[in-house]
Amino acid sequence: MKIEMELNGRAVTHEIDPGANLLSVLRGMGQFSVKLGCETGDCGSCTVLLDGEPVNSCVVAAARTHSHKVTTLEGLLGDPLMKELQQELVDKGAVQCGYCSPGILISLYAHFRAGNELTDHHLREALTGNLCRCTGYVKPLEAALTVAQNQQGGPDEQGGAS
Amino acid sequence: MSASKNRHAVGHNVEKVDAFKLARGEAVYTDDITRPGMLTAKVLRSPHAHARIVKVDVSAAMALEGVADVIWHEDVKAIAHTRAGQSYPEPSPYDTVIMPHKARFIGDRVAVVAADTAAIAEKALKLIEVQYEILPAICDMDEALERTDVLVHEEADPLGIGGGGKSNVAAHIDKQVGDVDAALKTCDLVVERVYHLPRVQASHIEPHISIAWVDEDRRLIVRTSTQVPFHLRRILARILEMSESQIRVIKPRVGGGFGDKQEMVVEDLVSVLALRTGRPVRLEFTRAEELIAARYRHPQRITMTTGVMKDGTMVANRMHVMADTGAYGSHALTVQGNTGQKVMPMYPAPNIHFLVDCVYTNNPISGAFRGYGAPQGCFALESHMDEVARELGMDRLELRLKNHIRLGDTDPLSAKLGEGREGLARVVRSTGLDEAIVQGCEAIGWGQEKKPSAPHLKRGVGMALAMQGSGIAGVDWGAATVKLNDDGSVNLAVGATDIGQGSDTILAQFCAEELGIPTEKVLVLSSDTDLTPFDVGAYASSTTYVSGGAVVKAAIKVREQLAEVLGSTWECKAGEIIFADSKATGPGGKSMTMAEVAMFALYDAKIQPMATASHMSNESPPPFAAQFADVEVDPETGQVEVLKIVSAVDCGTVVHPRLAQGQVEGAVAQALGYALFEEVLLDRSGKVLNPNFLDYKIASALDVPPMVTILVETDEPTGPHGAKAAGEVPIDGPAPAIVNAICDAVGVRNYRIPATPERVWRGIKEATQE
Repeated sequence: MKIEMELNGRAVTHEIDPGANLLSVLRGMGQFSVKLGCETGDCGSCTVLLDGEPVNSCVVAAARTHSHKVTTLEGLLGDPLMKELQQELVDKGAVQCGYCSPGILISLYAHFRAGNELTDHHLREALTGNLCRCTGYVKPLEAALTVAQNQQGGPDEQGGAS
Repeated sequence: MSASKNRHAVGHNVEKVDAFKLARGEAVYTDDITRPGMLTAKVLRSPHAHARIVKVDVSAAMALEGVADVIWHEDVKAIAHTRAGQSYPEPSPYDTVIMPHKARFIGDRVAVVAADTAAIAEKALKLIEVQYEILPAICDMDEALERTDVLVHEEADPLGIGGGGKSNVAAHIDKQVGDVDAALKTCDLVVERVYHLPRVQASHIEPHISIAWVDEDRRLIVRTSTQVPFHLRRILARILEMSESQIRVIKPRVGGGFGDKQEMVVEDLVSVLALRTGRPVRLEFTRAEELIAARYRHPQRITMTTGVMKDGTMVANRMHVMADTGAYGSHALTVQGNTGQKVMPMYPAPNIHFLVDCVYTNNPISGAFRGYGAPQGCFALESHMDEVARELGMDRLELRLKNHIRLGDTDPLSAKLGEGREGLARVVRSTGLDEAIVQGCEAIGWGQEKKPSAPHLKRGVGMALAMQGSGIAGVDWGAATVKLNDDGSVNLAVGATDIGQGSDTILAQFCAEELGIPTEKVLVLSSDTDLTPFDVGAYASSTTYVSGGAVVKAAIKVREQLAEVLGSTWECKAGEIIFADSKATGPGGKSMTMAEVAMFALYDAKIQPMATASHMSNESPPPFAAQFADVEVDPETGQVEVLKIVSAVDCGTVVHPRLAQGQVEGAVAQALGYALFEEVLLDRSGKVLNPNFLDYKIASALDVPPMVTILVETDEPTGPHGAKAAGEVPIDGPAPAIVNAICDAVGVRNYRIPATPERVWRGIKEATQE
């Protein structure tokens, strides 16, 4: 079947297998930041934004995204907030094997963009759907808290894709 | 002795060399490529724990459109080998063939399909008809040890390591220093306890994944998420009856391994199918397959018998390990060997007895997982130290301080117990253990009264000491090649295998340090059997210590080549030239930037400054850790909340503080699961009951407690720039520290982990009924 979606701000038409999940379709379209970890919606490695909301793309039917907006990490590489999150993850040593990093970045991005509270506990909640076996979450949280402090301290920046 | 030793690269938080591309989600992992005509493979797995595979009818599956190949044991030559992924000669029994004639666990390979799509492959699996002859299964390790009428392996292992053909013994160890039985009779107190360790899984987020194809030169190319590219090439060559020159193994970025990717779990299958079909073949495990058919930390039952004098002096110590290797015996001998060898020397009593019975069962397979036997042994020994202290009426910290290993001590077990052969004596030449204990105690508030946050809760603290190794002495080795480019940058090619731990960065730092250039001027290529020199791979905490030694040597050779070239033109001795700040400086104010030096060497002297060096160590210096837990327990529900974990770790010189902390923090999170909630559950028939992340829980961001990580620097004389290993030692102590803290809080010990709320609650209930 044919679906039309807005992928990273561009209208795309794509032929899909009706039973395909969004994860496999996005990877087939070259969106390699979207990682397969469990295919049961438990690990968060395949997190993308669907109409601005973070979802596990492995448990979303690709057909369901017809006439919807899908945003992957590839679509946010120029976004100032995303760049700041990436820089802090790198600086704090939060990227070990890196396999969960795109999912973590998308979850944090969505949490910040939604204007949610930025305490340690709220940031842990934002990350609780993203399993990481390397870092023990210490450095990812440290990075997120640093961005939170910068955001709260500095002028409120608006914009960016979502 | 720290970074301030005028080092510009080693000891600094340089940018991890691969971090940005990973944070951008670039296509760098095994699965991030596709090849024209690529097939997807799926495995048909046995529903029976023990059954002869009499006949497999693949005709219906083969007839399905889009199916390229189906294989079972009739199609593949049976060459006995081990999938362990160790150095040659392997200390694991050759008890495995590519496609078995007999299924030995629920999940064993029966047939493999390669098809145009995953959906077609799945459909084809359902069309395969298998005729099984069901055999009695043994899923209990005591029964496996006793019985010889049912054998998991009926053929003798060609290496004679396991008891295949005669018994279900996969490995047996009996090593003694002194005479424990005689010594126990002289002790004031003998304490004996039994500890039970669960089956847990590494759970790297990237599953096992391999892609193989035959290239235009008719060579087999295997792109795979592995920790051991060179061992893999050797094993594949042997079992496919090819020469190593016909095989190239490429390791891209790896999404975590933790030991589970030391084994050849999927590479042989994609290779066979690619060779048969002539098409690229991809095989990726599902998460369910990871939890059924990858590898586990060996479940064990450990009996500790310890004799002490009234003043706390340990006179005799015995550890008897009973372990379940499951259907195959890869790592059976060496993991269990480590359970004693890496752990018992912490308290070098004059009489030590270490016994292992590791058996085959019809359960899924155990193997390598970070810590490699030591987490089990450390849990038993460090729980037991608290028990001995309690029986003695002595402070548990004091008992440890009185007996722990010290600088200059000889590890009593290592000479007796190598990797399946006689080992090498190990003398402690650097230790920060005492300092780690002092700093750890302070950080946790040891000895201070701690009030629970609510009146119905109980609070307690616990501690554990741990030691590990830095590579396998006399066995592990690696090589590195350094090549200078026109602009003063260098290529560093290493067989050492970065699997996310950051070894590419650490090795780049060593190279940069020796050449006096910034780390970002070192371009690292890791692990491609065509392009990089040999390395045993990423296991046994060897990379920083062993491979790092090779990088230092290779970089020094290049520096010497440059000094010689410059010395002849500057008319000075090579030894008078200093390389620092991206410059070469000679006597009389002569100076060139590294780029100028490179251009001079390449275009005037017309030489390629380049060197390869190999490194091996006959020592395996132990890193040390003192770890502490502060917990709160609700006696009404058995719920344990860990309030804080402190890890004070001596890993020698800290090459990269943030990466070293990351190793500790990640290990603590894994150990937290080991202590409290991770367990792969089997039913009586050996079937895994929880093969998914919903039912097999690993720690999430909300589960991990605040962590304090203290790096106690020492200077290891045999290590590159004084470094030892960091990756494994911090996974050993948290579980016993947490369980000791629970016992401190409620007065009841969990001899079995994970200490789930139910187990803690039952323990409290039984104790109050007595």
